Amino acid sequence: MEKCNKRVFISLAGLLLLIFFHPSFVESAERDIPKHFLVPPPPFSPGIFPCSQCHMYMPANKTPRKLEMHQEIVLKHMPGGWCFDCHNPDNRDRLRLANGKLISFDESYLLCGQCHGTILRDWKAGLHGKRTGMWNGEKLYRLCVHCHWPHEPRFKPIKPLPPPVRPSEIK
Amino acid sequence: MKKITGEKREINMNRRTFLTGAAAGLAGAMLPLNKADASFWEAFFQKHFLEMNDAEKKKVIERLEKEYEQKYKKEITVGLENPMPGVLFGYGLDLSRCIGCRRCEYACVDENNQSKDPQIHWITVLRFKKGEKWIDLEESEKYYNPPLVPEPDYFYMPVQCQQCENPPCVRSCPTQATWKEPDGIVVVDYNWCIGCRYCMAACPYGARHFNWAEPNRKPEDINPKTHYLGNRPRYKGVVEKCTFCIQRTRNGRYPACVEACPVGARKFGNLLDPDSEIRYAIDHKRVFRLKEDLNTNPKFYYFFAYGV
Repeated sequence: MEKCNKRVFISLAGLLLLIFFHPSFVESAERDIPKHFLVPPPPFSPGIFPCSQCHMYMPANKTPRKLEMHQEIVLKHMPGGWCFDCHNPDNRDRLRLANGKLISFDESYLLCGQCHGTILRDWKAGLHGKRTGMWNGEKLYRLCVHCHWPHEPRFKPIKPLPPPVRPSEIK
Repeated sequence: MKKITGEKREINMNRRTFLTGAAAGLAGAMLPLNKADASFWEAFFQKHFLEMNDAEKKKVIERLEKEYEQKYKKEITVGLENPMPGVLFGYGLDLSRCIGCRRCEYACVDENNQSKDPQIHWITVLRFKKGEKWIDLEESEKYYNPPLVPEPDYFYMPVQCQQCENPPCVRSCPTQATWKEPDGIVVVDYNWCIGCRYCMAACPYGARHFNWAEPNRKPEDINPKTHYLGNRPRYKGVVEKCTFCIQRTRNGRYPACVEACPVGARKFGNLLDPDSEIRYAIDHKRVFRLKEDLNTNPKFYYFFAYGV
């Protein structure tokens, strides 16, 4: 009887371990995004994606330096950082997390969340960022990069719409 | 002298017959002669919204749709969506994100068919100087107009109807033309409002607005998807207010201001659903309600998502 119990216990523990360390479980925990979740494709400049259309013919130079291409990008994000902190030198069509895992551009929020963890938490809960659609159903989320240009994420000031008419101006 | 009284007796006109005749004559003169008059009398004898049954409401809707079609020369649907069971609407506004761009203010006008001239805005964005006495409404600026927002030394606070659980406007209405719906939205029946503006005096948030003139709006600008208690075209001399976009939210959609906000500062949801965005904000962020000391119990929550 005791032996039988032991066997059951061991197999149960083994099963639990298997579940916890199974790669798909780890992945799903990382991506526990809400239900009714839609994200539009990332806002690439026209014709720039896939990056491999140019980069597959170039050897990757991994030393930080001033680039001759992509001059329009001035990195005002994370002082001391450079391209390969987020971009992946070996497969340009993917982004790379700090742990070496490759993710697609559609999941770039995982990359941003490495530093901005509390913001990512709020974003998943529906608090950070703009939502459109149904308050009780399917809603459209936006990626971080839809509002924040990743190379210079701070919002640019915008022009306000005109102030209301003063009572004294009403004829 | 005698002759005159004699004549009077002959036509046999005493006070009672005169009055009966006059009343009959007046009633005859006012009898409906064409369809427009019939609609006038139907409107005149319309019951209070909460006392009508579904058939009577449907008849009112048909009449209104016909009236609007004549007036604006386009089809306008007037909805009657009922409150959803188990729903109490709540609104959240992140003051740490609002940049004071007034996009919400104008999106609201487009959605809710307010008069353009004279201008009516249901949302007012107030500007406050940073570092002054906290929310001194007397010192706030409503007409700010810098070239770019946000300005470094200021923060912004949009104010609209706070949809109080204990609404002073409702108690002040002498005709019960305004009331709180089961989903928490305070609504106005524009066909029942007599325009006394007591509710405007009672509201501590300046959220109610009066149509001093016939609402002026181009027919092509009219949003044809309306609700009886919400954005249907109003009349001269009635009070109107934010309804959390009742015509959208009772169909599950976000209010227009939520979808217009470029920084995502506006949040909306069901206060009774523990997984809703608004509940997450209340549970996790620093929250306050405007003029809480007045015991109006607003369902409009201002919060700060960062910078605690």
